[in-house]
Amino acid sequence: MLFRPSSPAPGQAASLRGHTLDVLGLGVRYGGFTALDAVDLSVRAGEVLALLGPSGCGKTTLLRTVAGFVRQDAGQVLIDGGAIDDLPPNRRRVGIVFQNYALFPHMSVAENVAYGLRARGEARARIAPRVAELLEMVQLGPLRDRRPGQLSGGQQQRVALARALAIEPSILLLDEPFAALDRSLRLDMQIEIKRLQRQLGLTAILVTHDQDEAMSVADRIAVMRRGRIEQLGTPVEVYDQPASLFVAGFIGTTNRLPCTVERSEGGRVALRLADGTALDLPGEAPPGPALLTVRPEQLVLHDAGGPGRFPVALGLALPLGGQAIREALLADGTALRLTEPRLGAIRELGERAFCGLAPGARPALFPRPDSEED
Amino acid sequence: MSGAAAPAAPAPGTITGAAAPLRSRRLTTWGLAAPLGLAYAGFFVAPLLMLFAVSFYADERMTRWGLDQWQRFLLDSFHWKVVADTLLLGLKSVAATTLLGFPLALLYRGASPRWQRALLFVAVMPLLTSVVVRTFAWIVILGREGVVNQLVLGLGLAAEPLRLLQTELGLVIALTQIEMPLLLLPLLSVMARIDPRLLDASASLGASPWRTLFRVTLPLAAPGLAAGCLLVFASSTTAFISQSVIGGGRLVYLPAMIWQQAMVVANWPFAATAAIALLVSVSAVIAVIAYAGRVAAGHAHG
Repeated sequence: MLFRPSSPAPGQAASLRGHTLDVLGLGVRYGGFTALDAVDLSVRAGEVLALLGPSGCGKTTLLRTVAGFVRQDAGQVLIDGGAIDDLPPNRRRVGIVFQNYALFPHMSVAENVAYGLRARGEARARIAPRVAELLEMVQLGPLRDRRPGQLSGGQQQRVALARALAIEPSILLLDEPFAALDRSLRLDMQIEIKRLQRQLGLTAILVTHDQDEAMSVADRIAVMRRGRIEQLGTPVEVYDQPASLFVAGFIGTTNRLPCTVERSEGGRVALRLADGTALDLPGEAPPGPALLTVRPEQLVLHDAGGPGRFPVALGLALPLGGQAIREALLADGTALRLTEPRLGAIRELGERAFCGLAPGARPALFPRPDSEED
Repeated sequence: MSGAAAPAAPAPGTITGAAAPLRSRRLTTWGLAAPLGLAYAGFFVAPLLMLFAVSFYADERMTRWGLDQWQRFLLDSFHWKVVADTLLLGLKSVAATTLLGFPLALLYRGASPRWQRALLFVAVMPLLTSVVVRTFAWIVILGREGVVNQLVLGLGLAAEPLRLLQTELGLVIALTQIEMPLLLLPLLSVMARIDPRLLDASASLGASPWRTLFRVTLPLAAPGLAAGCLLVFASSTTAFISQSVIGGGRLVYLPAMIWQQAMVVANWPFAATAAIALLVSVSAVIAVIAYAGRVAAGHAHG
């Protein structure tokens, strides 16, 4: 889906500066609610790791525990192998960009950026050039004397970023930093943050509930649910090989097809869909009821039937650039979503067609849960 | 806006139709404000002007004009001392309420909504009882046989009862409690509006809790703190009942002096002079507090 070099591009000597973050068996409870349940996580030096999940999954609690605002009930947080659990937030050197930026409204842009340097007791003569340099880096030099209230959302975020970077943090935490920006600006800022992070070789954790954001900014994604990490992997891994039904449903669009696994031998699985269509896929699975999760782009429409093809009635099509998202109804009324090239013959609403797996598609197969979960 | 409201060639009726409600709305607003406005004009501004006029009578019987009363007031160091004592009493009350009230406001800021409601209720509760009742309660507490002295004597901390009534210390203690709601109400409302993430941001940038308090919390709370200090100062310098009942006859403040001149000596011109002196001196200090609050809110960083 996305091309992503796994090793840093050449000329990235600065990446040596990155620090590692390790979280070991971290547990946080609020009263009877378990916010984090024995979470283990290793963030590599110089990478961006996204904590992705629905609200209440514990991603923000994990971030706040790393920052030192929440004290864990169990486990450890280590930076470069050293435990920081007993350090108060102001001695952890963890930079944070908050969702609403949390800029000091009574200070100018330059004073906001200088705040951390002053708190650290830096000499005045050294603060001024450093602030100028940071403001230059985020392209805000001319606005140094403005108050945050006089800036646009994107500019405020640049100030927040410069302020967090001023203390040369060992880890940069980004708490839903793009949520308050409008769509076009969001992409600009994602590129900008990614560029700065690469340039400075920073280790960063991005908390988000937006999968597109996680996909485009992060090197690896930790999908969280109910205080646990459900899957940790590169965006491509998480998308193509979801570890659980939840991940398959949360990342991207997924069709769930109930089926029955009949045989599994020689690295191939024979299964039968609810309407009786037989499919033969590479993989292994225990025989019995199962769910086949199929991405929209893994399905294709055919005019004629054939092996592994099942009849559908076509629903609405939403044009999306070069492709259209088409809704198709199975015989039992289940709605599927599939991508359809907009070239060629346009199929009409209500038309009958046959749907089959795209060549080479490897949809994920999961045992069917007893009760349907979210 | 006006260009958009007046299209190029509308029917004449449209214009009056659009303009008339605007004018009548303005009239209605004035009309609604008129009762209070007239009452202020008649019962506050006019008497104040009369007070000014009365202070320029030369003699007690108010038969001729002259600056005699002003000369008498300004040339006597005793009167200056009374003015100074009154202003000092106000400043001490402000200092005491701030030192005790600000930590409570910090506690309030960090509390859960349920505790915030409870704290707010406790802070406001004194306002539900009359100043007279609260003042007499303090007599019971501070008196020779009062709660404080029984405790001090019982614990053997002192051989003789402490003198608290009719001392300035006792008066400041009582005023601190009596005026506390006036400080807390504006302060708490400003405190509750401070975004907690600003404090997190400050800590994450390496600031100690004290630095956060002085560089972030205090400047952002400054408008509320200044408003509270202003109310406490104005109220405690003019707290005639508390000053007379707890301070007694030996501590003389301007309100008592005005009352004595007007009601006992029946020298209205001099009482008017003293009243204006109180008004001017208290207003001057209030202007300084308000200015300091604005400066703190605007520039307290560095």
